[in-house]
Amino acid sequence: MPSLVEVQSLSKSFALLAQSPDAARTFKALDEVSFTMTRPERIGLIGPSGSGKSTLLRSLSGLILGDAGSGPVIVLGRTVQMDGRLGADVRAARADLGMVAQQFNLVGRLSLFTNAALGLLGRIPPLRGLFGLWTPEEKQRVMRALDTVGIADKASQRAKTLSGGQQQRGAIARAIVQDARLILADEPVASLDPVTARKVMELLVHLNEDRGVGVIVTLHQVDYAMKYCDRILALKDGKIVYDGPADGLNPDRLSEIYGPEIEQAYWRDPS
Amino acid sequence: MAETASLDALRPPRTSLRDKLLTWGLWLGFGLLLALSFKGAQIGDLPLLGRNWGNTSTYLRDYLHPDFSDRTTIAYYVREMWVTIQVAIWGTVLSIGLAIPFSLLCATNIAPAWISFPVRRAMDMLRAVNELVLGTAFLVAVGPGPLAGVLALALHNTGVLAKLFSEAVEAVDQPPIEGVRATGGTRLQEIVWGVLPQVGPLWTSFALYRFESSARSATVLGLIGAGGIGQVLFDNINSFNYARVSAIALIIIAAVILIDMTSAALRKRLV
Repeated sequence: MPSLVEVQSLSKSFALLAQSPDAARTFKALDEVSFTMTRPERIGLIGPSGSGKSTLLRSLSGLILGDAGSGPVIVLGRTVQMDGRLGADVRAARADLGMVAQQFNLVGRLSLFTNAALGLLGRIPPLRGLFGLWTPEEKQRVMRALDTVGIADKASQRAKTLSGGQQQRGAIARAIVQDARLILADEPVASLDPVTARKVMELLVHLNEDRGVGVIVTLHQVDYAMKYCDRILALKDGKIVYDGPADGLNPDRLSEIYGPEIEQAYWRDPS
Repeated sequence: MAETASLDALRPPRTSLRDKLLTWGLWLGFGLLLALSFKGAQIGDLPLLGRNWGNTSTYLRDYLHPDFSDRTTIAYYVREMWVTIQVAIWGTVLSIGLAIPFSLLCATNIAPAWISFPVRRAMDMLRAVNELVLGTAFLVAVGPGPLAGVLALALHNTGVLAKLFSEAVEAVDQPPIEGVRATGGTRLQEIVWGVLPQVGPLWTSFALYRFESSARSATVLGLIGAGGIGQVLFDNINSFNYARVSAIALIIIAAVILIDMTSAALRKRLV
């Protein structure tokens, strides 16, 4: 069985508007990052702001392309990108990848049902997907997914009328409809209140433990990462500075990673 | 030392001499432009308006007595008004059909520059040519009558709507589109599910505005032989039948008001 994720020496530079003539012209968001996920784990990507967490996560689905010369990003046996170019079967890879983002990525004017049904796009004939001609079985599948995340009663509501937590669960429902084998969640709880945030994280744990879905989640809150993830990848200045079990991180090590930002890295008291 | 610094920081911002000169220069330039165009626009002849008031009032007197006496004639006017509205309806609908693909090709966030640039220039050209000029060309092609008016309106409006539509497309939110892309959707599916729902309300609003303005333009198109109420109006002006002209003008005003009100009500419901 192929690895779920395989990333080899991935680099990404962004051009910067020079503040002064001698300022660096590029900013290295990712610097030779490599890691693999061989079984469905819950990986927490942590690190201070600007450390490259989101860039890494978005690179995994090819929403961001690495620099020329970067090694391959292989997800579920398919090459998403290589040498700064999208792989040929990136769409097939994306069909198996659920994406959950901080701003929910739902289309506000479409109903929650339609938004979740869009998870079918990568799996049905393009023309049928274009016109939204879902079969009765597919409609059932969408409703079951909405039920799993506990918002089936909101199916007909427009996404923009839902609360942040409901929208986030809608995005997870879309990933369930996709039958995603890997969920990439980019700061999924950053715009939620603590109670809703916990529910969303528990949902991701449930998908991992009961359905064998791999989860990679970027989290600004270290305590959330340590509580809900079994493996932590810590990034600093675009480099992986820690890769190991959550309990291998002690406060000193975290202070080292976060620097002066450490005080904002906890949502609640870690005790 | 610290106090002096903070007082400095509290000093309200001053407009620099350069900015002041620029502002005054702009006003001066504007004044100069007005003075230069004074003669060309014959503004000096404005007193003629008062001096010739006698003639004008004789001319206007007939307008105060619109001739609604002959029922069959009035019914004929109303029928012709309806023809004009039909011209506006088809002229607008055809232009919407053409403007949708062209606007997507114009939008810099959808189409590459080598497509968007030439398509934009083509739309500029359509916009630049007045309906009357386009109308005369179509009179030659399809003969006098409403169809020439429909085609003229359709082409001119395509230029206008493609520009307005494409600006709406360029202002869409990216996250929902990425959401669709991340499920493995095709480029066309991204547009249909990610872009169109976002621009739908604005497009509807623009299209209704264009319909209102088309209804007015369609009247004027009658003057060059494109049928409808405009042609009847022109015939009556040429035969100095001002009481009839006044009746026609009132019918046009009533129709335009009705269209504007209907369109405003539709906009409110749909947008």
